[in-house]
Amino acid sequence: MSLQATMPATSAAATADAMDAAWLAAQQRLRWRRRIMPLFGGAALLFVWWALVAVFQVRPFIAPSPEVVAITFYQKFGMLMQNLWPTAIEAVCGFLLGNFAAITLATVFVHRKAVDEAFFPIAVLINSIPVVAKAPILVLLMGNGLSPKIAIAGIIVFFPTLVNMVRGLEAVNPQAMELMHVLSATKWEVFMKLRLQTSLPFLFSALKIAASTAVVGAIVGEWIGSQEGIGALIIQATYNFDSALLYATVLCGSFFSILFFLTIRLIERFVVRWQPEGAP
Amino acid sequence: MAAALDMAQDAPPGGVTAAPLALDCRDVTVRFMSERRAVTALEGVSLSLESGSFLTLLGPSGCGKSTLLRVVADIVQPSAGSVSVLGRTPAQARQNRDIGFVFQDASLLPWRNAIDNVRLPLEVGGRRELPAGAMRPQDLLDLVGLSGWEKALPHELSGGMRQRVAIARALLGGPRLLLMDEPFGALDEITRDRLNEELLRIWAETGTTIIFVTHSIYEAAFLGQKVLMLAARPGRVRELVAVSLPEPRRLAVRESPEFVALAARLRALLETC
Repeated sequence: MSLQATMPATSAAATADAMDAAWLAAQQRLRWRRRIMPLFGGAALLFVWWALVAVFQVRPFIAPSPEVVAITFYQKFGMLMQNLWPTAIEAVCGFLLGNFAAITLATVFVHRKAVDEAFFPIAVLINSIPVVAKAPILVLLMGNGLSPKIAIAGIIVFFPTLVNMVRGLEAVNPQAMELMHVLSATKWEVFMKLRLQTSLPFLFSALKIAASTAVVGAIVGEWIGSQEGIGALIIQATYNFDSALLYATVLCGSFFSILFFLTIRLIERFVVRWQPEGAP
Repeated sequence: MAAALDMAQDAPPGGVTAAPLALDCRDVTVRFMSERRAVTALEGVSLSLESGSFLTLLGPSGCGKSTLLRVVADIVQPSAGSVSVLGRTPAQARQNRDIGFVFQDASLLPWRNAIDNVRLPLEVGGRRELPAGAMRPQDLLDLVGLSGWEKALPHELSGGMRQRVAIARALLGGPRLLLMDEPFGALDEITRDRLNEELLRIWAETGTTIIFVTHSIYEAAFLGQKVLMLAARPGRVRELVAVSLPEPRRLAVRESPEFVALAARLRALLETC
């Protein structure tokens, strides 16, 4: 615009306008391309899948073709939803409990270094045990109901959130800390006005990972011992060589994961409106 | 203006002596351990500063300019010597909100808009009321030339504007001593020049005492009534140079022969630090 002001002739301004319009149109085209290309990618992959099954005449119980999966998904939708329900409850409850525990412990760690030193190595140790090894222990401890699955989902989300939350609470700008000191702020005020807000971008990057791992935790829990749920259905379908149902179940589980992830991202957009400096 | 009134009340009855000292440092020494060896950041620094004056601290890096400012603000404890801020200890002065601090990086809270950042000092430290007659957050934003930007978030502001918000925040509550630690060091030269001129206007309007750390000879000479030159390793007073340029100063003063001579003198001094 300042360019126009320095140009004497109106024809020059008109040219600049035309260039602006062309540039905007090009941007618009790029935006649409970015939106449409993933659809092409997905369609191409589906086609390859379909072609491989058709050309090599893969038997249905080894791998179904995509249209059979789609039909199964549609026909058994009610049954899938009935099994998704317990898995969703386990995943969401585990997500809430695990993250709540992690956030609380991170707060304690930041304020009491001794507690951090005593328990952080233990948290690392527990985290290093594979989920599939932890799951049977918890099923033995807590029985066959929802609770062991919630516990597994909770444990699986706990560690990443703990690490990120500690990092976030400590990522405070040192000059902002000095400012709080000059203002004679109490520890509580520093926590509420500075640390908590600083940690939010870190927390949300952990929560977005947790949204999908919580579902993984719930499914793994169901594998160990359950009559219903996505995990149980996966085991059943595998033993019955019902590959179409197996694929449809997996699809159903991942749709839920994506929905969970998008919900967290929506909340993040709403809560973190500023541009964080140096956050992940 | 409120600050000027306060100073009058603080003057001893009879008004024989001058206004009380804004700052009185005696033999201040700061040592700290860094990687298993003791570092002397400041050694035997003595300095007294009258209320309402403008002092610039100049010196090579490592001369302890920022450390001295942090001793005054009660962020760093001196290992030896005494510091008196407006007749109080630095901790009392801090709790009494006599001190405003502007950092090199604006250190605004990125989730708060401009006016809420200025308001922060009212929400922490157990002091929630502005003294009667003190400038309100909106007045301060007007003072630093940011009318109309109240609702802007820090990332929507330029570096110079963010630093203006930081100055407004430091001025909230009418502190009698404003400490500035290279506040314009990260800004481009044009913005820095403009803010230098505006800072002198703000100083004149508020009557607050200012201590300003810089490593720019021109900034030190243009802003200060006195320039305290510090030498490095260990940080100590090299010389206190009085600036006799006319006030109020405009940027054009930098072309005057007096200014050029002063800058040359400061440069020669700096080379011996």
